[in-house]
Amino acid sequence: MLSGSKISRNNPGESRLLEVYDLQAWFPIKRGILAKTRGYIKAVDGASLYIDRGETLGLVGESGCGKSTLARTLLGLEKVRKGKIIFCGRNLLDLDHKELRDTRKKMQIIFQDPLSALNPRMNIFDIITEGLVEFRLIEGDRAVHAKKLMKEVGLDEESIYLYPHEFSGGQRQRINIARALSLRPDLIVCDEPVSALDVSVQAQIINLLMDLRDRYNLSYLFISHDLSVVSNIAQRVAVMYFGRIVESGLTRDIISNPMHPYTKALINAVPRVYHDETRNEKKKILLKGDMPSYLTPPSGCLFHTRCPEVMDICREKPPHETMSGTHKVCCHLYKKRHG
Amino acid sequence: MLEVKNITVVFKTDKGSVKAVDDVSFHIEKNEIVGLVGESGCGKSATALSILRLIPLPYGKIETGRIIFQGRNLLELDYREMRKIRGRLISMIFQEPGSALSPLHKIGRQLTETILLHKNITRKEAWNIAEAWLGKVKIPAAGDRMSAYPYQLSGGMQQRVMIAMALMLEPDLVIADEPTTALDVTIQAQIFEIVRRMKQSNTSILLITHDMGVIWEMCDRVMVMYASRIVEEGSKEEIFSKPAHPYTRGLLESIPKFSADGGRLKTIPGRVPSPFNYTTGCHFFDRCPHSFNRCRSERPKLIDLGGGHKAACFLVQK
Repeated sequence: MLSGSKISRNNPGESRLLEVYDLQAWFPIKRGILAKTRGYIKAVDGASLYIDRGETLGLVGESGCGKSTLARTLLGLEKVRKGKIIFCGRNLLDLDHKELRDTRKKMQIIFQDPLSALNPRMNIFDIITEGLVEFRLIEGDRAVHAKKLMKEVGLDEESIYLYPHEFSGGQRQRINIARALSLRPDLIVCDEPVSALDVSVQAQIINLLMDLRDRYNLSYLFISHDLSVVSNIAQRVAVMYFGRIVESGLTRDIISNPMHPYTKALINAVPRVYHDETRNEKKKILLKGDMPSYLTPPSGCLFHTRCPEVMDICREKPPHETMSGTHKVCCHLYKKRHG
Repeated sequence: MLEVKNITVVFKTDKGSVKAVDDVSFHIEKNEIVGLVGESGCGKSATALSILRLIPLPYGKIETGRIIFQGRNLLELDYREMRKIRGRLISMIFQEPGSALSPLHKIGRQLTETILLHKNITRKEAWNIAEAWLGKVKIPAAGDRMSAYPYQLSGGMQQRVMIAMALMLEPDLVIADEPTTALDVTIQAQIFEIVRRMKQSNTSILLITHDMGVIWEMCDRVMVMYASRIVEEGSKEEIFSKPAHPYTRGLLESIPKFSADGGRLKTIPGRVPSPFNYTTGCHFFDRCPHSFNRCRSERPKLIDLGGGHKAACFLVQK
């Protein structure tokens, strides 16, 4: 089971693994003793994206932009209001309970805080084989499977009966990765997997994720607020703001030629270490203020309240998507230029 | 202005006592931003807390050393004198503004309380000072925010309140312990802009962070801490262009850079040793690509490489 999975996945006709169309996840705002719905928080409002097999899509944005909600929606952990999630050719929203359960095997998640994602009362052996037992995928000795998984993520086999609190942050994240890997998924959602880790450990975990991706032809949805981390692992990047994807494209295009003012500001805000003096004179783009409240969303373009390049039209009309090649952007600046 | 000499901080735990800070010395000059960088658990926060004598008793104790601030040894002051220093001459900005502010009191009350503790002025005057400072840290509608509770503000706004609180008495030294780690990068950039502007007054800053990028953007001088000891210090330019300690080099190399080539990141193999397993030798020896026998048994001293650049490694001696 552990080794035979790669062959069946290299079917060229099925390179598209996940497609999401116009996804909406709204949370009702309830007020009063009758808990009447008075409006909605539009956490994800019309997001579309796709991921190919073996590909990593980076999803970037500030906290509260809806990136985690989007990820949880894909896994069926949040309700979908509208839209389509096509995974392995089937719309997840049309599946019944049993079919959905079977499909879930193929999608796993790694959370930001590695400690709170692990049950403190289970040892590593139980944690990483729980999924296998649940789906009755165990043939032979559970411990053999568990040790194999631990070896793959670079954990010492000897520590198999230890508990989560006995490990360091980096090792805990390796346990989370081993658990996600145990069911041989096609897609792993990585929700800020390295944000809680130190820099030197961060690099180790990113390298591990890249190795595993190449070895098993895995796809990742890699969520992070840090574009520099994402640029190292993702082939494509989608930038999210206030529940919508405002820009997406190949990582190198986004990094070298960011189009949306928000993406520019995000790239600019990452503190970087420059060794050569020429690049030292970077122009500071500072965003004004915070993200607006979801209770009172701004009119027109949702970014206009903070945008350094705001125009009159931005306050009135929401922008439409413009495309040049694979690079998509949602901004009035480009509608004008591209006619 | 501040001189820390041979500080050792020991914490008692169920499993025995651990040295969180091991014989650390450094100094901070007037009007200087000094960065203290290191991974979690390396003792950087314990160092900061020891300056203000905030190490929790009775578990933690400053065993040896002196902290000379404006000619006085802070470790010899009684608690009353110490309270006059905290907040007035040395103030602190904590990592999580949400838990550093009282959830039960309005912003205005928390700010004025601090002022009234140290200055003999009326409540009204204190209120005006506080409100003016909220404006200075770019909080919109400062007057209204004075009567808001911390939970009504976003993380970035809360941290601005903390900064205002730390700066409004115009202290000589501000200790900022990971002030932007809990914030988004866009908000972090705004906060740094404020701190840079504030720096023009005669305040020195000790900035504690794990992010080399933050050091590059903000600091004049850097100290690199690893497993309870300072392993390298020097001017920012020296450290970044000529890192002498293998750990500093590893740290600089493992910073993710903007690149879309999909190549592997450089890492430091292994992990930080547990404080229970600290050896008498160099704490970095088992992760170091250049370690040899002497590193195992003997502690390397900080060696002056000229121009204030020091490194604790036997290799730089040769």
